[in-house]
Amino acid sequence: MAMTLTEKILARHAGRTSVSPGELILAKVDLALGNDVTSPIAIQAFRSLGVPEVFDRERVALVPDHFAPNKDIRSAEQVKMMREFAREYGIVNYFEVGRMGIEHVLLPDEGLVVPGDLVIGADSHTCTYGALCAFSTGVGSTDLAAAMVSGEVWLKVPDTLRIVLSGRPGKWVEGKDVILHIIGEIGVDGALYQAMEYAGDGIAHLPMAWRFTVSNMAIEAGAKNGIFPFDAATKRYADARAKRRYEVVAADPGARYAGELSVDLAALEPVVAFPHLPGNTKPLSQVGNVPVDQVVVGSCTNGRIEDLRGAAEVLRGRKVHDGVRMIVFPATQEIYLQAMREGLMEVFVTAGAAFSTPTCGPCLGGHMGILAKGERAIATTNRNFVGRMGHPESEVYLANPVVAAASAVLGRIGGPDEL
Amino acid sequence: MNSELRGKAWKYGDDVDTDVIIPARYLNTSDPAELARHCMEDIDASFASKVSNGDIIVAGKNFGCGSSREHAPIAIKASGASAVVARSFARIFYRNAFNMGLPIFEAPEAVDGIEAGDRLAVDMEKGILRNETKGREYRFTPIPPFMQELVAAGGLLNYIAIRKKGT
Ligand code: SF4
Repeated sequence: MAMTLTEKILARHAGRTSVSPGELILAKVDLALGNDVTSPIAIQAFRSLGVPEVFDRERVALVPDHFAPNKDIRSAEQVKMMREFAREYGIVNYFEVGRMGIEHVLLPDEGLVVPGDLVIGADSHTCTYGALCAFSTGVGSTDLAAAMVSGEVWLKVPDTLRIVLSGRPGKWVEGKDVILHIIGEIGVDGALYQAMEYAGDGIAHLPMAWRFTVSNMAIEAGAKNGIFPFDAATKRYADARAKRRYEVVAADPGARYAGELSVDLAALEPVVAFPHLPGNTKPLSQVGNVPVDQVVVGSCTNGRIEDLRGAAEVLRGRKVHDGVRMIVFPATQEIYLQAMREGLMEVFVTAGAAFSTPTCGPCLGGHMGILAKGERAIATTNRNFVGRMGHPESEVYLANPVVAAASAVLGRIGGPDEL
Repeated sequence: MNSELRGKAWKYGDDVDTDVIIPARYLNTSDPAELARHCMEDIDASFASKVSNGDIIVAGKNFGCGSSREHAPIAIKASGASAVVARSFARIFYRNAFNMGLPIFEAPEAVDGIEAGDRLAVDMEKGILRNETKGREYRFTPIPPFMQELVAAGGLLNYIAIRKKGT
């Protein structure tokens, strides 16, 4: 039977020749992930079972990133619980402060996720690795506990929505704009339960960094995963980093899709999502006058080196507006070091921006840049729900890194062409 | 295991969210019996006191939307209800329900034909729902054996524990 990319990866991991949408399967996981918010609950559940070891010491990843470096005593206790668990059970992939990063950037960059994988994580943005032609999805803490014991997860095979990208994106349009545009079109439940599978010759114009951004926000359309086909760019990225052998998977001709959406990349302009939903989008030209108090560049959506380069390019030789605080968060230590080597850090600091150690920080209203009542931020993050970055009466606008950087200079939401 | 469930129907509409299933004000406990006392309280104050063992909740689309709290299926299960039949479920509730050992089924046609109080019998293995009051029978995709085992074990963690021991 002809299968979509997602169906094919699921079938392989369930030891089956085929699967179809709606079926429940038990599948092997290649990697199970937890962070400092979700793993403590999973660790307690794991310990309650009294099993002597995890299914595979190399296939559990524990990343303290949400409130680390420890924000307060409670966060310190949570991270301590992870650290002790990692030591006791010999978890190879525990990432300590100073060697860590935001989980969804760190794991693929470390080569721990490879094409064709099935990865689960107790974090909703685990869908990010679809960029690598892997199946990955967010689950609950109990699922993580179970996977740490058995190396398996049960899944319902999703329908697949096919998204065909064509054309070449214009200046200042990036991966963020592609996914914000799609969510704006189909809505925040537009792909509920479904796999989003990208296709079309437009994909060739999306570098890996952009694909990670697009897959990262699949959950913002309600989807289970968002997956790209394997191509030359995937191969280059994977060959440079993969710590395991991988097998290339492709969708079958004649696979059945639940729906299809076409996106002409050439017709896009940068997109901004207004409060309080990622689907509440407007093209940049129709934003109007929206002054901002804070600008955040970072997160698992847009904290990669390419994102920092883009923002720095806009800021070079310019100053952050008097009324604005700009905070830049490289997603990992590797990216931090690279930004230092390329002189990007100097550009940010000279422009008057703060440059932080890797952390989720303000993305989830954790620490390092919380908004006061009535304040407004433009951020390269993925969610702008009520209170997401601080006070329930603060506002978050979502955009790509070059628009965020331009807004920092302008003091209001705007693009680099206005500088 | 006994794969047949029997009881009377408690019927609700679309988008029953987790705040209705178990209001957030009761989340300072994870004791199932305590949670059960407040199950469905904000949509149907009589549910918790009147539900009998085996009864089945029947609802419209997107049952369990809202937060990812694992307390929602725990409360339903502890109330004595044996299953939920709905047109569709919110994704995380769906996972949590099975993980907590609460069987749930998507059977849109059956939902349309069921009224509150109807006597229902569900054969999980065969995927058949009988409305004994109305004398009608509906089919749905049966849950696969491992999911039935998971439900029989009382949830994902127990299931894993049993399998690990090789019993
Ligand atoms: S950066 Fe934000 S969205 Fe990404 S994992 Fe951290 S908190 Fe979640």
